Amino acid sequence: MLASTSRTAMNDEGRHSVSFDVHRVREDFPILKRRIRGRPLVYLDSAASAQKPKAVLDAMQVAQETIYANVHRGVHTLSQEATDAFEAAREKLRAFINAASADEIIFVRGATEGINLVAATYGRKFLSAGDEIILSELEHHSNIVPWQLLQAEKGIVIKVAPIDDDGNFLLPAFEELLSPRTRLVAVTHVSNALGTVTPVRAIIEAAHRAGAKVLLDGCQAVPHMAVDMQALDVDFYAFSGHKMYGPTGIGVLYGKKELLATMPPYQGGGEMISTVTFAKSTFKEPPHRFEAGTPAIVEAIGLGAAADYLTALGREAVRAHEQALLAYASQRLSALPGLQIVGRAAEKAAIVSFVMEGVHAHDIGTILDRAGIAVRAGHHCAQPLMERLGLAATARASFGLYNTMEDVDALADALKIVREIFA
Amino acid sequence: MLDELRELYQEVILDHGRSPRNFRRLAEPARHAHGQNPMCGDTLDVYLKIGADGTIEDVAFEGKGCAISMASASLMTETLKGRQITEAERMFDAFHRLCTEESFDAATAGVDEDALERLQVLAGVRAFPVRVKCATLAWHTMKAAIEGGAAVTTE
Ligand SMILES: Cc1ncc(COP(=O)(O)O)c(C=O)c1O
Repeated sequence: MLASTSRTAMNDEGRHSVSFDVHRVREDFPILKRRIRGRPLVYLDSAASAQKPKAVLDAMQVAQETIYANVHRGVHTLSQEATDAFEAAREKLRAFINAASADEIIFVRGATEGINLVAATYGRKFLSAGDEIILSELEHHSNIVPWQLLQAEKGIVIKVAPIDDDGNFLLPAFEELLSPRTRLVAVTHVSNALGTVTPVRAIIEAAHRAGAKVLLDGCQAVPHMAVDMQALDVDFYAFSGHKMYGPTGIGVLYGKKELLATMPPYQGGGEMISTVTFAKSTFKEPPHRFEAGTPAIVEAIGLGAAADYLTALGREAVRAHEQALLAYASQRLSALPGLQIVGRAAEKAAIVSFVMEGVHAHDIGTILDRAGIAVRAGHHCAQPLMERLGLAATARASFGLYNTMEDVDALADALKIVREIFA
Repeated sequence: MLDELRELYQEVILDHGRSPRNFRRLAEPARHAHGQNPMCGDTLDVYLKIGADGTIEDVAFEGKGCAISMASASLMTETLKGRQITEAERMFDAFHRLCTEESFDAATAGVDEDALERLQVLAGVRAFPVRVKCATLAWHTMKAAIEGGAAVTTE
């Protein structure tokens, strides 16, 4: 077995950080002490939702116990403190993805709402019949369906960039789809089903050369790697808090300031207006224009704490640890007879999808659960991708910063039991 | 751990899962319904040929799914052939109870006890609540086919 700490790694600033001590890190996550059916929990479903460190849980509780009130509306002290904490969280998220301005950080419920927001505002205003958008075969339903709704309304054309059988995004084929009618490219940064990291820089450059804007679905990227809005030069970037060790009900839509400024509101209500009369209302500047109603105040504060937590651990240290897990898991699992890893892209995040000969993914999931191991089995909200691969379902082990080499061993051992039962 | 799993994945189930019986489609004018479990993507088509007197003359299915759903569909077709549709509907209720009620007693179900006895192999799903839907998908689809419904989902 491999050592379960990854070696000294460089942190984001390029300084050497102390080696990533996963067993120390696990202490930060109270739920990891749980036992499932008498066995220690082996949580390999972080791509569906990640567990929360105490720093996040505490930040939320403390906020509610000490500074809680509605934001942006009171003259009283608590409201001011709550507003400060909420806006401080926005600044933390700005720094976390290196956006140029905190005004480019829109708090939304999650990636799903972020993408719907772009479709409903930017899409409705700037796309018309015959305009083209390009998605990829890797997409989660949440980056497909909003565009189909827009298609039904506007008559836009949806093109789909292909992948190869290993799950690699095919850049040349994508470039051929670009046309003078292409208005928007909406693709995932990391595939939730296969782990593929897409060549986002090249995608963005090519799209921009063709005069198209780019939206990246960063849901599965932000937990695993540092992302930099300014370096990427991406136009929109959406992600969910709960997959990066933050709370549910909160996420971020990043949008370039000059683009956001041209976009109409998403929903109408309080918080987003400057003046309201029955004749006409005027709207605030971004980001508040897009945040109608009382926001998820406590959740935003929790998400800020999650960003701090990841930054303090060192994004590069986390990445190196997870890459070591990925390499070890790929090696152990591919050595099992009858098991086939689905998704062998050149660059991957720590997600391993697999199928076993003669055993349905659902049955794998049930048997692993009895061993205390949580994996996801199914189509991973990516039915077109499953169809492309000719599969009905896969089992998926997705790793987080708290997973260990022992977790990988537990998975491999339990998969042997699956084999025995289905022998 | 293994005991409960062996109870769920009994040899009969593995056998029917691997080589399902009556795995084919029936030509028109058979009754047909499509069932699916959106959570896991399992899909099933059930076909029934019903005689003028209400007898199920033939019953078959096609589909993709886990061992439990395939075995359950396969066993269902074997169980229902030759029965009256009214009895099939009563068996639907009895089977549902068998999959969910710990204290279920086949003798009180008002259906052919021997037939129910054969379905007893699926009672292991009781210990796996999320898998009950897998076991009942075929039965829901069968019921929809009898009632003339075109599609059914178990969510
Ligand atoms: C790649 C990807 N995009 C979008 C989503 C949707 O995220 P949420 O359900 O948090 O809005 C998910 C999560 O399921 C995902 O993995």
